[in-house]
Amino acid sequence: MTAVTNQTQPVARFAPGGFALHGEAAVADVSGALWLADHGALVVSDLHFEKGSAYAKRGVMLPPYDTAATLARLADVVARYAPRMIVALGDSFHDGGGAARMGEADRAALRGLQAGRDWIWISGNHDPEPPIELGGACAGEMRLGALTLRHEPQAGAAPGEVAGHLHPVARVVSPAGSLRRRCFASDGARCILPAFGAFAGGLNICDAAFAPLFSRAPVVAHVLGRTRIYSVPIMRCLGD
Amino acid sequence: MTVTPRLTILPDPFRSWFAARGWAPRAHQLALLKLARLGRSALLIAPTGAGKTLAGFLPSLIELAGAQGARGQGLHTLYISPLKALAVDVARNLETPVAQMGLGVRVETRTGDTSASKRQRQRRDPPQILLTTPEQLALLLASADGEHLFATLRRVVLDELHAVVTSKRGDLLSLGLARLRKLAPDMSMVGLSATVRDPDELRRWLVPQRGAGEMAELVVAAPGAPPAIAMLDTRERLPWSGHGASHAIGEIYERIKASRMTLVFVNTRAQAEAVFQQLWHVNEDALPIALHHGSLDAGQRRRVEEAMAAGRLKAVVCTSTLDLGIDWGDVDLVVNVGAPKGASRLLQRIGRANHRLDESSRALLVPANRFEVLECAAAIEAAAEGAQDTPPARTGALDVLCQHVLGMACAAPFLSDDLYEEVISAEPYAHLPRADFDDAVRFVATGGYALQSYDRFAKIKRLQDGSWRIANGKIAQAYRMNVGTIIESDMLKVRLVRGVAAKASRAGAARGSALYAPAKLAPGAQPAPYTGRLTRGGRVLGEIEEYFLETLAPGDTFLFGGEVLALAGIVENEAHVSRAHSDAPKVPSYAGGKFPLSTYLAARVRKLLASPKAWGALPEQVSDWLGLQQEKSLLPPPGKLLVETFPRGGRHYLVAYPFEGRLVHQTLGMLLTRRMERMGLKPLGFVANEYALAVWGLADVGTRAQKALFSMDDLFAQDMLGDDLEEWLQESALMKRTFRNGAIISGLIERRFPGKQKTGRQVTISTDLVYDVLRRHQLDHILLRAAREDAMSGLLDLERLAQMLARVHGQIIHKHLERISPLAVPIMLEIGREPVYGEAQDEILADAAGALVDEAMGG
Repeated sequence: MTAVTNQTQPVARFAPGGFALHGEAAVADVSGALWLADHGALVVSDLHFEKGSAYAKRGVMLPPYDTAATLARLADVVARYAPRMIVALGDSFHDGGGAARMGEADRAALRGLQAGRDWIWISGNHDPEPPIELGGACAGEMRLGALTLRHEPQAGAAPGEVAGHLHPVARVVSPAGSLRRRCFASDGARCILPAFGAFAGGLNICDAAFAPLFSRAPVVAHVLGRTRIYSVPIMRCLGD
Repeated sequence: MTVTPRLTILPDPFRSWFAARGWAPRAHQLALLKLARLGRSALLIAPTGAGKTLAGFLPSLIELAGAQGARGQGLHTLYISPLKALAVDVARNLETPVAQMGLGVRVETRTGDTSASKRQRQRRDPPQILLTTPEQLALLLASADGEHLFATLRRVVLDELHAVVTSKRGDLLSLGLARLRKLAPDMSMVGLSATVRDPDELRRWLVPQRGAGEMAELVVAAPGAPPAIAMLDTRERLPWSGHGASHAIGEIYERIKASRMTLVFVNTRAQAEAVFQQLWHVNEDALPIALHHGSLDAGQRRRVEEAMAAGRLKAVVCTSTLDLGIDWGDVDLVVNVGAPKGASRLLQRIGRANHRLDESSRALLVPANRFEVLECAAAIEAAAEGAQDTPPARTGALDVLCQHVLGMACAAPFLSDDLYEEVISAEPYAHLPRADFDDAVRFVATGGYALQSYDRFAKIKRLQDGSWRIANGKIAQAYRMNVGTIIESDMLKVRLVRGVAAKASRAGAARGSALYAPAKLAPGAQPAPYTGRLTRGGRVLGEIEEYFLETLAPGDTFLFGGEVLALAGIVENEAHVSRAHSDAPKVPSYAGGKFPLSTYLAARVRKLLASPKAWGALPEQVSDWLGLQQEKSLLPPPGKLLVETFPRGGRHYLVAYPFEGRLVHQTLGMLLTRRMERMGLKPLGFVANEYALAVWGLADVGTRAQKALFSMDDLFAQDMLGDDLEEWLQESALMKRTFRNGAIISGLIERRFPGKQKTGRQVTISTDLVYDVLRRHQLDHILLRAAREDAMSGLLDLERLAQMLARVHGQIIHKHLERISPLAVPIMLEIGREPVYGEAQDEILADAAGALVDEAMGG
């Protein structure tokens, strides 16, 4: 019923998760990826590959399966959109040694996703020098039509910024209970992507860190439901 | 029974001490003494007031008094209590005879509150008798000087053993005791316990298990006078549902007035708050009535306890925090509001009244609704027969084992074979397969993953001689921070922020003692919502679970500490609140039962329902109600499950009455609705209480069953515990919480310490995410197995559900009705009061998203 289950057709403009971003058609996908149909580009942020092994190094033995889990979810959304280009919007690796710790099976899966399309690593604070030895090109930021893609949102940035870094989540309460889910945050001029990584935590969009970024128009949280995106006005969201 | 022969058994300072008080040692005290002299371990079962504690310590005191010098040096006796406060209280009680007889025995406590310098000194220069808790024992055993410290140990006294063995703390303690036996092979143990269903379980606990179910000796003290238990036959109309017992507040107040001191027990903190508030509403005489529950500020609790001990209070409304041991004062009446839940629990509570053996304890049961009347009647019968329904002993948890393995590595390098032998000598782990033990060791080393990529980060490493040792000192430090099995829910401090309302309330407090009275606004004072800056200036009122606060929005009101508070906001790990004047606070929604209805009592309630002859003893309102049910529908004969179906307001209802407790009904509801959905029965939601379960939906379930389009037996078939359960477990919040607790206990992730944590939650590890990933990649991981075992017996009680489904198979009586039956009224009233379960989660989002549409449409 929703556009995201349709494998080949371009996505209808205001299907769940669809919105206009500084004049460009954007779809907040239920997986947490942003689909820019006019550019054939799929954007994912904060993959945090090898977070498990980064903790293990410090004696906290998180399961070593997070990279595989993140890649599997990415493979799923790539199969649905068949993008010409994939942009990893920074913090793709949890720490500097992450790429070296990545297992062979995961490397192969990554190569599979890169095959036949452009793959761009945007640098982030966790990975200032993305691992081009794993394939793809790297950049500090990039332009795509009217949009600028960078890792960390900038307070005074021109409209059209697509960023990650903050790991937005929304908390929604109703008499039936309370939910805390990953979300996109957008006011139509800027979009902050949710973290895509399996072990990445979240920061409530009511946190002060978001306030300087959205002053123009009302913010909408495109919340990741089980099977579709729900667009919730920020007034309906609560702090932690 | 003459006094003199008994006295002569005692050595001198003791003989004259007893004689000077006109006392004689009791038979069970002497029996324990004799067994201790033979070096035998023993279980003492004795009622409250039988001198249990003295019985436990008498052998140690006599031995220490007789052997000043070499034998008297070092730690002689270790006492372990489940409650810190109990250890402190017992130390005080012990010091009196020690001082009066001039024994010169050093008695000290060691708890989480003991200063670091004193703890260090205790390890170097231990007292002869040390009173402590299971967690402190684990810490001592994990330290390098544990071996030296315990080498001189002769005796261990375990207090309130019946309460300890039913929890993971018991598992941890059992493992610690196994190590103690190794360090001090000549030591003997005594377990002190209230009456239990199966004493043999506890007897096995006290001695090393070597495959033959070895048991300690058993000493049973003479029972006290039977308790006098009555049920309140209210003059008011008995409510159909709810737990507040507000109809009976006036009658409870009269009893409080007529008694010396009353303990009013309730089952949950929310009930405690509600009952306390209502008692103060009718407290015309300004009686000193206080409130005591686990999340009140510790200082506040201590003041209440002291006031009780000093006899300055007329009544205390309390939860299970006052269930155990401590003798707080001259209580002569116990009122139990709500359902007793279990026969043994009730007897334990009643024992709080009157600590004298020869007098009956007086108790009054106040059922809060009609079903609870049946439960109270069943409990009174059970108590008269002295029937016990304490829960069965546990199988040791794997997460606790993981914690213990790391602790033992911190003490000294160990060989797997040796440690395994030691572990299976502890009763809860007697049947632990070697493979599980090895999994636990692997887990401690590298997380126990099939994908072995963490070898170089291992926390314990294998040496050339095959022994395991910790990789570095930081690991031991992390262990010490993480020790214990009590996982507090994430608690937030509740801080009162200054506001207009706070000032106004000070005037109101003059009405009673500020300590005990709930603050009230002065008449006419208009409480203003707090709008100012949130400051840290205010007083901390206590702590409350984060998950409860998560259901509140700023401005919502709730009862806490006897006051109606409004949430101003959450700042870091504190909830800032202001006083609000509201007659309808949003009472915590988990007001149901904290304790599950015991299987035993549930069976008795079913029996009572099925025997109309016994109804004569019930209040008239209740017997009339049951009579009406028999006329309009039916009451299930013994062994049968009644399922009623009826239409109402355009929907079709299915109500089942398994009487297995809310937890089991909730799980059953989840699984039933899934199955009904697949059968095309279009369920919309369900609600569960302690006695029944109601599902509603769009399809006419009753007519379809009558036309044999499906069978009720299929609907309730046991195979729902297969795929449906798996699917549901994956999403269940309860299961995720269970997993989180296991992840902390096992040491996978570190505890969060209040005050230490930073804001930004994006840096903390969410165990929900770990759970999801692990389920997908390694379903047989030790922590997933541990969580599942917990679910079987704990929060989800799947074991009981399985037993129930087996019991009702082929025994379902379906009654299709034209309208709601009398028996269904209580559960139907809960619809709307309780959140709807099932697949409604995303509907919260859909609902919130709908607001966007309204906004867009200008609505």
